[in-house]
Amino acid sequence: MPFIAATRSLGRAGLFSLSVLRASTPTRDFFAELVREIYKIGARSLPIIAVGGAFVGLSVTLLGYRALETYGASNQISALVGLGLYRELAPVLTALLFVGRAGSSIAAELGLMRATDQITALGLMAIDPIAKAVAPRFWAAVICVPLLTGFFCSLAITASWFEAVHVIGIDGGTFWQVLKDAVDFRHDFLVALEKSAVFGGTAALVASYVGFHAEPTVEGTSIATTRAVVNASLLVLMFNFVLSAFLFGK
Amino acid sequence: MTADPTAVQLSAVRLERGGRAVLDGIDLVVPRGSITAVLGPSGSGKSTLLAALTGELQPAAGTVEVLGAPLPRDSRALLQRRKSIGVLLQGNGLLTDLSVAENVALPLRTHTDLPRAVIDRLVAMKLHAVGLRAAADLYPRELSGGMARRVALARALALDPPLMIYDEPLTGLDPIASGVIMALIARLNASLGLTSIIVSHHVHETLPVADRAIVIANGRIVFSGTPAELQATTDPLVQQFLRGEPDGPIAFDSAARAQAA
Repeated sequence: MPFIAATRSLGRAGLFSLSVLRASTPTRDFFAELVREIYKIGARSLPIIAVGGAFVGLSVTLLGYRALETYGASNQISALVGLGLYRELAPVLTALLFVGRAGSSIAAELGLMRATDQITALGLMAIDPIAKAVAPRFWAAVICVPLLTGFFCSLAITASWFEAVHVIGIDGGTFWQVLKDAVDFRHDFLVALEKSAVFGGTAALVASYVGFHAEPTVEGTSIATTRAVVNASLLVLMFNFVLSAFLFGK
Repeated sequence: MTADPTAVQLSAVRLERGGRAVLDGIDLVVPRGSITAVLGPSGSGKSTLLAALTGELQPAAGTVEVLGAPLPRDSRALLQRRKSIGVLLQGNGLLTDLSVAENVALPLRTHTDLPRAVIDRLVAMKLHAVGLRAAADLYPRELSGGMARRVALARALALDPPLMIYDEPLTGLDPIASGVIMALIARLNASLGLTSIIVSHHVHETLPVADRAIVIANGRIVFSGTPAELQATTDPLVQQFLRGEPDGPIAFDSAARAQAA
């Protein structure tokens, strides 16, 4: 009965998510773990986000310029790049890069902790394994992914400015003025950060869930890692549509 | 008021895995202060019994009492109870991203409000007790098998639990490291006034330090008594296990073993 099995899995994942929230007690150890995880999954993701952001900015600028030039509106390129990035591309692509870089590592780490008895040992020491190993990773993702999205946007806009002004020949002042007029700080930029927090939390929960419940074998860890990337990526894309429909659908 | 002389009591316990009975009709009394060896061939259900003693596995029938009270079913209450049970796992379970000292300090930092300096002092004492004070700053990947086992032992003792359970403490260790671990277990049990349960299939290394021995085979307890009584028994099932004979009442083939259980 695949439907019953799927419903059961969904229920387990929901209960797991609740247990993560319940285990998030702001103790000294929790903050120490949180800082460590922010470094591991956030700071270490900066290079991939920087490169990804720069190339997305370059690609969107090139694509947009060709389309806008047809209508003699090539000086509107920064509006197209800005709105496209803040509303859709930056939160989604940052989350997908994060899933590939950090989600896989969360699933692999927890899978290995399971396989090497570390999770069992925590429970036997009367330490809640979810509080120790999962909650700090979840909150680190909720904090880091919006910051990484902001970094992604900065690199993408900078790359776009370089290409538009120094390669295509659009006036630099026009580029920034059009961007400033088109993009609203609150409704575009802050909304992008809010979406990113949801995506970060989702990615971390999915990766933690499959890693935490991985079969305690090498194959189990491998399967959990793959499943984390696939499931989290699909959920990010689905949630992006739902959130965009609510936020920008009017 | 005198303390309960019994540390662990199992009454008519039936333990199942995946709906199949692994152990049935288990009656066991472990007196306080004793070292009890739980022996049996691989796959006989020793680890299943250990899981029942730590509350990881709820019995399908019967009762498990640890330190005078039944193990709670509620997960939070169970975590609280586990503070008084130290467990040395077969795989050690050391957290690989923490140093030796941080591993030993972990239960103290989590469960006590002691100042950092006091915790550092306690960690040094625990590591000294297992002869590894100089290894405090090493990481688990830098330790030999015997050293990692001793670090795990120091961590299991961090909260001074009255009951210690050792799951296959000699697996993967050379004879010298095995001797060191068994001597440590005996010394700590005597000096700290612990009750110890050693789950193992290493008969000849375990029996010299044990006060009592039980043998599990074919899904039940087939012997319970002192090590001397164990050596003297004529039970063919126990004799086969003690002598390591391939043929006998204990089936080597897993299908035949399941049928016997």
